[in-house]
Amino acid sequence: MRGELLVQQQIILLVEDNPDDEALTLRALKKNNITNEVVVVRDGAEALDYFFATGAFAGRDTSELPQVTLLDLKLPKVDGLEVLRRLRADERTKLAPIVILTSSNEEQDRLKGYGLGANSYVRKPVDFDQFITAVRQLGLYWLLLNERPPVLERAL
Amino acid sequence: MAVSGMALVLACMAFIGYDWITFRNNTARNLSIQAEVIAANTASAMIFDDPESARKSLDVLRFSPNILSAGIHTTDQKAFASYFRPGTTEAPRLPDLPASQPTAHAFRSRRIIVVVPILSENRSIGTVYIESDSQALYSRLARYVGIATIVFVISLVAARLGSTVFRRSVSAPIVKLADVAKVVARDKNYTVRAPATPDMEEVATLVEAFNEMLFAIQKRDAELLAARGTLERKVEERTAELEAANKELEAFSYSVSHDLRAPLRSVDGFAQALLEDYGDKLDDFGKQNLQRVRAAASRMGMLIDDLLKLSRVTRAEMRREKSDLSAIAKSIAQSLEEAEPERKVDFKIEDGLAADGDPRLLRVALENLLRNAWKYTSRHDHARIEFGRSKENGKSIFYVRDDGAGFDPRYADRLFGAFQRLHGVSEFPGTGIGLATVQRIIRRHGGEVWAEAEVEKGATFYFSV
Repeated sequence: MRGELLVQQQIILLVEDNPDDEALTLRALKKNNITNEVVVVRDGAEALDYFFATGAFAGRDTSELPQVTLLDLKLPKVDGLEVLRRLRADERTKLAPIVILTSSNEEQDRLKGYGLGANSYVRKPVDFDQFITAVRQLGLYWLLLNERPPVLERAL
Repeated sequence: MAVSGMALVLACMAFIGYDWITFRNNTARNLSIQAEVIAANTASAMIFDDPESARKSLDVLRFSPNILSAGIHTTDQKAFASYFRPGTTEAPRLPDLPASQPTAHAFRSRRIIVVVPILSENRSIGTVYIESDSQALYSRLARYVGIATIVFVISLVAARLGSTVFRRSVSAPIVKLADVAKVVARDKNYTVRAPATPDMEEVATLVEAFNEMLFAIQKRDAELLAARGTLERKVEERTAELEAANKELEAFSYSVSHDLRAPLRSVDGFAQALLEDYGDKLDDFGKQNLQRVRAAASRMGMLIDDLLKLSRVTRAEMRREKSDLSAIAKSIAQSLEEAEPERKVDFKIEDGLAADGDPRLLRVALENLLRNAWKYTSRHDHARIEFGRSKENGKSIFYVRDDGAGFDPRYADRLFGAFQRLHGVSEFPGTGIGLATVQRIIRRHGGEVWAEAEVEKGATFYFSV
């Protein structure tokens, strides 16, 4: 159907430092029957490691971009906006779909987020039911409806 | 100089003129007396018809060098005896001597003539005349004119000297003072000084006082400049302080935004997880408790959001432009109707209402007011919400009126307090931040907001911008 040379696994990358939020997000995904593999990284440095196949993720195929990255903003070591900037600055990762998923909807955060090239900005609701709904909508959109960017073929 | 010179000249002329007349009269009287003496001496010669004797009497006049001629005439005007000074040949024409007058005189150019009667037993038997030249008179005149001229010249020179001295010690310094004053007035330069003169004490005092005044002005100017510098520095400090405070507030809001909400999410999320996963192991009471946990977390979330909104209003930079309030109100009304289309609400929004202010903030204020009106009329089947303007003392007062639940006016002073409510959450939802926000916005525009209401008879909220 797709005629792609490589079968892409639809990975969801969750960049979240708060273990509660991590647990609740995973729960929400499960509640919505979203069964994709979820890779969780707990700070900005780890996120960059994943994308650029360094550190703990050395050896990973960097042409495999996650289907969607859920990026929190307040992260230890390297914060969310810096991660975004670096990803957008690199040819390999500048097309990766990134959704900022964070507590704040402060204007300056939204401004900076979109300004640095985030695809979407979603505020985490306090109410869990609403959170579940939000995750469902995110899942429906990014995993099913949205067409992922074309894969960069690796030079052989 | 010219004036005083002329005065001097006039005075001299008057004096000399007066003296001339007096001297002339005196001369005439002297001649008259001489003539009378001769008349007395020759009376008998006339009676005895002795012209020779009469002539001898007249001859005495030889000794008066001024007398040109003299003569005795009979009653019928015939010459009886004469005297002529050597060189004089003719007798002059005599003035008439009326009978009753003791003497007559005539002043001709260069001649004085007097005529007196010769009396014998009070009867005129002839006349004596003496003719004198005016030599004495003219030489006196010349002498006086000479003296006057000398005096005039001397006083002119003296006046000139005096005025030069005066000019140097008084008017020159004063003129210089005036020049300096002109420079000061024109250039506003207070550093110049009038030159000091030691000559005259009073003038020196004046110059000193003037210079002191300039110095005082200069000093005051310097002080003003220094004070302004201080003031500007203070303003800068204050501005820096304000900016720092604002930055802190921003940081605080940011922190609130992020950090307070995360744990709330956990509380709510895990309470829900508990309900879902272990709900069957809980009795109704247990489930209810968990629900209350969730409700509390949710409410705190709302409060945090409202607090953030309020702080944003304070932090936001104000723009001032003409804002179309009617358009804003209409768009808010439209979104309210679209959100709950089943409600029957009559919106009566006056056209053309505008105000000078920040359109975003005014929108927030109107939203709060209209949303309140919408909310508090929700118990009524049919509601009416108005937005209009009334003029009081030339000022525009806007109002939002509804015919809904109203409030008890006794508690009106709590209306605008943050998180203060006059209704319970079960009656009408809300956090009590809406009106506090409206008040803060309106106050930032320099206006005021107040309300009138009655329970169940609706409420009207007035504001001025």
